[in-house]
Amino acid sequence: MAVQKLPLAKAINESLRLALETDPKVLIMGEDVGKLGGVFRVTDGLQKDFGEDRVIDTPLAESGIVGTAIGLALRGYRPVVEIQFDGFVFPAYDQIVTQLAKMHARALGKIKLPVVVRIPYGGGIGAVEHHSESPEALFAHVAGLKVVSPSNSSDAYWMMQQAIQSDDPVIFFEPKRRYWDKGEVDTEAIPGPLHGARTLREGTDLTLVAYGPMVKVCLEVAAAAQEEGKSLEVLDLRSMSPIDFDAVQKSVEKTRRLVVVHEAPVFLGTGAEIAARITERCFYHLEAPVLRVGGYHVPYPPARLEDEYLPGLDRVLDAVDRSLAY
Amino acid sequence: MTVDSTAAARTPRKRTAAKKSAKKSPGVGAPDLVQLLSPEGRRVEDPAHAEYAAFVEDITADELRGLYRDMVLTRRFDAEATSLQRQGELGLWASLLGQEAAQIGSGRATRDDDYVFPTYREHGVAWCRGVDPTNLLGMFRGVNNGGWDPNSNNFHLYTIVIGSQTLHATGYAMGIAKDGADSAVIAYFGDGASSQGDVAESFTFSAVYNAPVVFFCQNNQWAISEPTEKQTRVPLYQRAQGYGFPGVRVDGNDVLACLAVTKWALERARRGEGPTLVEAFTYRMGAHTTSDDPSKYRADEEREAWEAKDPILRLRTYLESETDTDEGFFAELEAESEALGLRVREVVRAMPDPDRMAIFENAYADGHSLVDEERAQFAAYQASFSDAEGGN
Ligand SMILES: Cc1ncc(C[n+]2csc(CCOP(=O)(O)OP(=O)(O)O)c2C)c(N)n1
Repeated sequence: MAVQKLPLAKAINESLRLALETDPKVLIMGEDVGKLGGVFRVTDGLQKDFGEDRVIDTPLAESGIVGTAIGLALRGYRPVVEIQFDGFVFPAYDQIVTQLAKMHARALGKIKLPVVVRIPYGGGIGAVEHHSESPEALFAHVAGLKVVSPSNSSDAYWMMQQAIQSDDPVIFFEPKRRYWDKGEVDTEAIPGPLHGARTLREGTDLTLVAYGPMVKVCLEVAAAAQEEGKSLEVLDLRSMSPIDFDAVQKSVEKTRRLVVVHEAPVFLGTGAEIAARITERCFYHLEAPVLRVGGYHVPYPPARLEDEYLPGLDRVLDAVDRSLAY
Repeated sequence: MTVDSTAAARTPRKRTAAKKSAKKSPGVGAPDLVQLLSPEGRRVEDPAHAEYAAFVEDITADELRGLYRDMVLTRRFDAEATSLQRQGELGLWASLLGQEAAQIGSGRATRDDDYVFPTYREHGVAWCRGVDPTNLLGMFRGVNNGGWDPNSNNFHLYTIVIGSQTLHATGYAMGIAKDGADSAVIAYFGDGASSQGDVAESFTFSAVYNAPVVFFCQNNQWAISEPTEKQTRVPLYQRAQGYGFPGVRVDGNDVLACLAVTKWALERARRGEGPTLVEAFTYRMGAHTTSDDPSKYRADEEREAWEAKDPILRLRTYLESETDTDEGFFAELEAESEALGLRVREVVRAMPDPDRMAIFENAYADGHSLVDEERAQFAAYQASFSDAEGGN
């Protein structure tokens, strides 16, 4: 059966399984990825079926995980490493930013670093601190890295295949609060390009751009807005580096209004880059300034306040109204 | 002292051979284990450990009862927190069940002017430092990201990013040395944390600067699903040697030994003799946290074997057989436990959600114009709702 209904986490699991099956050079590495199957069970059953040589429980050391993955990649392997939670990537940040990102260029293109760094990210699960952050802009800012985030099961499945096949390092942000959302996965489909944005809903009055966990919220916003007679187009960005500005431009030339939504702080975030580029490209088409909805310039708050912090239906709708009021 | 890593070095390609020696190496019950109270509740007189034993030589029955009381109340508090999590009052709880002796022994070894850097499971140490246990629950309930003033009990905030605090502890200790003070620092971390670069760096710094810091590693055998063998090929306390300071393995379920060895290490630090690594060999009896399911990765028999070494039972046996402790003491303590449980439950249930404007508090000490702007926008946005509601 080619089409299955799978939770997002399970779609990634199936995708990893396929990669392990088809390419003996693919390795899974990380804390608790073996017997436990990861704290979110994304690697569930893989060690059992592929052995401790392919699915490797590592010591509790993120710099070690990424640093050794770099060495394994230099030796011809394709490591897919798991960072347990967003806030724990920083011990590895040095290896990612100063080494993983730059080595291909330093070697005049003679070596490739096909390393995938999987990071469950974002809030909305009521966790303690360092378990809910959205640090994607910190990685997208670094040349040499590709940064992507699926928002649904099908993309999770296919984008993981494409990330593993990429000869560049890919930071793969997994929207953890969507892990349990089910969606259809066609395992025989021909996937679109890894870095292409996708229109999930057509509209004429305003474009909403989001990725990862906020895509679902934006689709709900569009549905709510429709009841008020407003037609919103929803774009799933899918990739934060590179960004498919052409797709955003095309949509904005049609709708003339743009609101970018993400969980990460607005200040110097992905939305800021989109706003700047689209303003350059679409200055004469825009009827309103590009607006951004996202987190504030404060540490991610404790769980009981995260609903205030995270953009929800009302906050996005408010931005939509503000844009339409121009 | 034999270290099994040589066997692995000879046969680097043979994974199976390497694995076998890894199993052997951390040496459960190795002769180096400092133990003053056996699992059967009897005093152990080992001349090799006389130097440590000297630190508890004069301990009175009253003081022993105090340690017992600390352990019982800590366990009660921990059990209450676990059930509050089950009832949805806490988002998460990291239980210390089984680690009471390691925490109370080491915690009671500290002096008021010492400074403690915990990880996230040191509820027993917090108890010893006089931190109100209900303060520990705020971050687990999700109403704050810390919840106490570290300076009021010289007990730093819990640290969730594994290993980070060992460097803070080292720096703090370097400051103490610079000030010419005679207090000391104790840093807690787990066996898993021993793999982190930060921990290695803290060993380096503390050795180089001869910092008055005690590294107290609670080796509870597991880092979530990974056994200690996935972190190290040598017993952890032996690591210290490579950095140039002593490492001691103590029976982490023996409160007396933990007290003695930690006092010994803190005294060394005060005398200007630099850092010590104490490895408390103990066991995490419960799950890693309430989100974890240990049945996925470990056998029940293992826990059962460790239950026989229960730290509380062992001291109780000793108190009953070797001291004048009567039934009344235990009964009173039972009542005190119940009262503590009740208080914790009431305080947690009454713990209000923070005001939403709290998001913008304390991001900066000096203030920040962007935060001010966002705070104002947020307030206006919130007010627009109440206006709308008011107008209905
Ligand atoms: C840098 C970092 N990586 C991963 C985690 C997730 N994590 C939380 S606790 C833990 C295991 C810690 O084991 P150990 O250090 O032995 O302490 P224990 O919890 O057993 O007391 C892990 C992997 C984390 N908190 N920080």
